[in-house]
Amino acid sequence: MTTELIVTGRARRRGIPSRRRHEPLLRRIALRSPVYLVLVVASVLSLIPFAWMVIASTHKTSDLFVTPLPLLPGGEFWQNLGRLQESVGFGQVMINSVLVAVLYTVFSSIISVMCGYGLATYRFRGRGVLMGVILVTMMIPMQVLLVPLFQMMASAGWIDSYQALIIPFLANAFGIFLMRQGFLDFPTTLIEAARIDGASELRTFYRIVLPVARPQIAALIIYTFISQWNSFIWPLLMLNSEDKYTIPVALNTMIGLSRVDYSGLMLGSLLATLPLFLLFLVFQKQFVAGLLGGAVKG
Amino acid sequence: MTASLTVRERGTRRAPGGTRTAGARLAGRRQRPGLWFALPAAALLLIFFAYPLATSLLQSFFSTKGGESTFVGLDQYARLFRDPLVLKSLGTALLILVVQVPIMIALAVGLAYILNQAWVRFRSGFRLIIFLPAITTLVAYSVVFRVMMTTDGGALNQILGVFGAGPIDWLNNEWWARVAVIASITWRWTGYNMVIILAGLQAIPAELYEAARIDGAGRWQTFWHIVVPQLRPVLIFTIVTSTIGALQLFDENFILTGGGPNNATLTPVLYLYKVGFQQFDFGYADAIAWMLVVLTAIIAVIQFRVLREKP
Repeated sequence: MTTELIVTGRARRRGIPSRRRHEPLLRRIALRSPVYLVLVVASVLSLIPFAWMVIASTHKTSDLFVTPLPLLPGGEFWQNLGRLQESVGFGQVMINSVLVAVLYTVFSSIISVMCGYGLATYRFRGRGVLMGVILVTMMIPMQVLLVPLFQMMASAGWIDSYQALIIPFLANAFGIFLMRQGFLDFPTTLIEAARIDGASELRTFYRIVLPVARPQIAALIIYTFISQWNSFIWPLLMLNSEDKYTIPVALNTMIGLSRVDYSGLMLGSLLATLPLFLLFLVFQKQFVAGLLGGAVKG
Repeated sequence: MTASLTVRERGTRRAPGGTRTAGARLAGRRQRPGLWFALPAAALLLIFFAYPLATSLLQSFFSTKGGESTFVGLDQYARLFRDPLVLKSLGTALLILVVQVPIMIALAVGLAYILNQAWVRFRSGFRLIIFLPAITTLVAYSVVFRVMMTTDGGALNQILGVFGAGPIDWLNNEWWARVAVIASITWRWTGYNMVIILAGLQAIPAELYEAARIDGAGRWQTFWHIVVPQLRPVLIFTIVTSTIGALQLFDENFILTGGGPNNATLTPVLYLYKVGFQQFDFGYADAIAWMLVVLTAIIAVIQFRVLREKP
């Protein structure tokens, strides 16, 4: 489940060794420069939207469509921020997004870890059925549930509430599956030892299993947080009052305004990306493992 | 999502009896705790997955337009085949599938292969930069692309202008809107797939390269006869997740083009959204949803088939 990546260390040593050490210099340059060209072009293409996001969010909207484009950040950052706050209450929106994402992540992760552990470690009646349901849930597109869940939320009077964003998706099949796979590799001897020492099941889980499984749980937490942070269609359906909007919904409203505040929009996009970016900087390894889910078994 | 299953399956096969060891050793002695651990998830799945799923299937046999619910049997499903917008939205998905996915996977494989060469300098730096787009919030990056793709004075047209290419009406011309969607998705997901493929490349044992070299294989031969076959499961994973992604595309098109112009970039989910929540034709929306289920299932089956076949 740990996919080593971006992160260097082992990866660096693992590359394919170069084939001939003593190729003539000119030949080597001729062979290698196109490769660097490709990499540089790909990097520039990857970075342009980010650069533009940063530059545009520090200029006036009227400066974003002139020729030539501003190539350096301007001095309008605070004005843009002020307008963003005024038009959609961006501070509140940010708080809402963090609140929903954190609450969802906490509860959903607990449920995933518990269920994954239960499925991997014990045999119990209904285990097969539950496993089957989880596999089916993973295969069925979430959109099937849009209409019936909407109706459920409507009849429960939950529309325009955060519980409607959080509760229906708390049991995250993919998260559970990820945890189950992780716990299958868990050293059984550790659990046995704890039992022999007379620890209860819950204590074993809490004291032995959780600390050892920390890296994979970190990956789960990050994956869960990102999926909630990015969630758009469901909050769009559920939320009506502007002061409850999450970031994606707020950005969408800004596009719909009659006079679009483009620099505010770019600043909003920047602020929406920033938390994920920081998360990535701090937890690169877990971040990537979480994003990739079970793609490659490391 | 589906695909991770299969690739996981492979992992399980490699270390057989993972379940069995853990399960059997603890079996018999204690069964109850397992149930308690799984109970919250099971209850939630029952209420918020199984129940609405059943409702939506049931409702797809009813006409629910205008608040009245009348049983119409398979009419909603028959309607799917006569509805030009269903065809159009499936066409968009198909276009993404046959144009965007191959381009993206080829780019990802190429970049991953390059970044797996030991002599390339600043590899981790390049890797990081090319992966960055995968970190952006879906809606945020769509917004940025929409602003960049503004026809008059938008950043993209200005960059094109530097190279002497005329301004393109990205979002209002049917074909350019499709190009815009394809370009955006490719930007967002290439680095992500590259990283998965890179992890797959790194799992190829060095001895295989050695053996190929001893047998006198050239670069291309090594690539086609060693790298590609070894990478097969990972490639299938990326292709299948991208395929399912194409079927479930919503955010990008909703923000970039709203499905327009003239429904040129309408996706099945976008259509479902419009039918369900703008026209409040719930029964028909459910039928569209189940069409997606069937298509996803077909893809999953094909995927299992292909995976099982020995190369």
